[in-house]
Amino acid sequence: MHQDAEFRKGVREAIGDPHIRRTFRARMDLLMAKRRSAFPDPEEWDDLRRAATGIRADNISRLPELLEQLEKNCTRNGIRVHWAETADDANQTVLEIMRGHDALQLIKGKSMVSEEMGLNGYLAARGIDCLESDLGEFIVQLAGERPSHIIAPAIHKDRAQVARLFKEKFPDVSYTEDIKTLTGDARRLLRRKFFEAPVGLTGVNFAVAETGTLCLVENEGNGRLCTTLPKVHIAVMGIEKVVEKLSDIPPLLDILVRSATGQSITTYFNMISSPRRRDERDGPEEVHLVLLDNGRSRICQDRELDATLRCIRCGACMNHCPVYSRLGGHAYPGTIPGPIGSLLEPQIAGLDRLGMLPTASTLCGACSEVCPVGIPIPELLNRLRAEGVKRDPEGIAGSGSRRRFREALVWRLWQLIFSRPQIYCVAVFFATRVPAVLPRLFGPWIRSRSLPIPAEKNLHDICLKRGVEHE
Amino acid sequence: MSEPRDRILARLRRKGKGRAGGIGRSGVALSNRCPKDLVGEFQRRAEAMHAQVYRVERSGWTHLLERLCREKAISNLLYGPDGPLGEEIREASRQQQGLPDLVGFVQEIEVCREQLFFEIEAAVTSVRAGVAATGTLILWPTPAEPRSMSLVPPIHFAVLDAGAIHSSFADVVEKKGWNRCMPTNALLISGPSKTADIEQTLTHGMHGPIELVIIVLT
Repeated sequence: MHQDAEFRKGVREAIGDPHIRRTFRARMDLLMAKRRSAFPDPEEWDDLRRAATGIRADNISRLPELLEQLEKNCTRNGIRVHWAETADDANQTVLEIMRGHDALQLIKGKSMVSEEMGLNGYLAARGIDCLESDLGEFIVQLAGERPSHIIAPAIHKDRAQVARLFKEKFPDVSYTEDIKTLTGDARRLLRRKFFEAPVGLTGVNFAVAETGTLCLVENEGNGRLCTTLPKVHIAVMGIEKVVEKLSDIPPLLDILVRSATGQSITTYFNMISSPRRRDERDGPEEVHLVLLDNGRSRICQDRELDATLRCIRCGACMNHCPVYSRLGGHAYPGTIPGPIGSLLEPQIAGLDRLGMLPTASTLCGACSEVCPVGIPIPELLNRLRAEGVKRDPEGIAGSGSRRRFREALVWRLWQLIFSRPQIYCVAVFFATRVPAVLPRLFGPWIRSRSLPIPAEKNLHDICLKRGVEHE
Repeated sequence: MSEPRDRILARLRRKGKGRAGGIGRSGVALSNRCPKDLVGEFQRRAEAMHAQVYRVERSGWTHLLERLCREKAISNLLYGPDGPLGEEIREASRQQQGLPDLVGFVQEIEVCREQLFFEIEAAVTSVRAGVAATGTLILWPTPAEPRSMSLVPPIHFAVLDAGAIHSSFADVVEKKGWNRCMPTNALLISGPSKTADIEQTLTHGMHGPIELVIIVLT
């Protein structure tokens, strides 16, 4: 229960912080408006979503054969493929590649999988410097924080905070709150790093099995720099990111970008199929692909929860989530915040560790409404809630670990009252006439809300009195 | 069964509890509206992505390049001597006085990295195709026109044949049979590099080119 207490503490802090509430509300409103304007035609949205959902569901149902095909084609193209069962295995693979080149510096493009691996800390402990080059990730790294949003990692910071951070970390840079100048400063500071870095690491948005191609979506150009200039490029990806055909890419790219930021397309879509060939004058001499499982193959075994793996990480669910927009990303434990994180993280870490996350949802359904690959997030969160209190040896790790005697007793009582008319009538009689019998057990519920007082007569009685017929 | 690979694949093949999703490929034909005026649509979309677009007759594009270089006060220009534009650029440089100093990308990046990063002010490359729906350039960098030409210099001039503009990315992938011939690196470029990571304020010129100038040959 240690994690529960930590989570509650984080939630309390986030709710009590007016800066977080103000910032996230404004930013999420903007992102929602942008997404809305990117899908002006509901019919087109439906068609595109149906196509994307079908592609991803098909990909996930055929993961083993697609991964084998990807491996075969990447290998044929000269990309070295590594398989990692755990985050630690993946870290070790990256470390071995780095050591193989006596490299002490790693420049990184944005990668949520590397966050999941805890790569920066792992390599730092072994004397290797990791530098984030995406502007948002760079800011977050300078501040010693975690990303608070999967698409916009520094969305919680305002210009004054970034300006102070730059001044503190780079005393030679003059203080400015002008965003264009701050961006220019970051460009200059990182250019030298791109120039020097021996190894670049990025994530992968999609990997195409039929051609052995790694696809990266980005706006800044840092992903291209990381995959073009260093001698070695390491790509890390979750095994669920594989798609079958190259023709799957255009619809997925389209719906990903429009859902994420409301753009029609990003500045760069980078498709890498092999390391530098003999006659080429630039590009990495080695390309490594690290395929990370870390619990995904277990999720894939469940024919309902495997929908989790369809996710293309657009972030639309968090932009539309009333819980996320109140809390911001830092209150959530785990790598990915918001609805998809609340669904994915407990399945990876176990319900005993992160089983409280599925409860951080109002089940309003906004997330599944905007999900470009039709993941029924509220339905699946409910399934996790149920598994949390019901022990199932074949279920998710930690199933049943959240069962509490008092809660179970309350629900049994509830079941008893609502399944037996006589008991129900007696209970309603007392509840409406003697409100004091209502348990003060509402405890946490009424701490920030007023206690609902039942009317003297319930609807049932009023209807009976008015002569409304029973159907 | 000791390899991580085999263990992962074995787990993936073991389908367990839960109900089958039953969702397959939709078979929905996505609308691929083909605008009448492909070039006009391309220009409109590319400009919306903050690219600068100029339409010019094939015979006059080097004059336009010369004028743009002058206006932008560019003192050197990186080009691919063996690329599809090489001969015309050299010829223009011989005949006209206005082009900046030409620098050929003729060595490996390891040799010319310093110059590329800290001296080159602009680069000019050919473009394989354009996408009207998004105002996108498609580049397949070659040994003659390496990929860093469209990435490292602050200004990128891209020369696109109007006849190579397609309606959508899906259309190009399908018509050109990309799945049978993927190059080392294929790129879709839409506008200059940008970021909105500080207060979601759009700012151009993050890590890649600060300006993207598209010259459409009609």
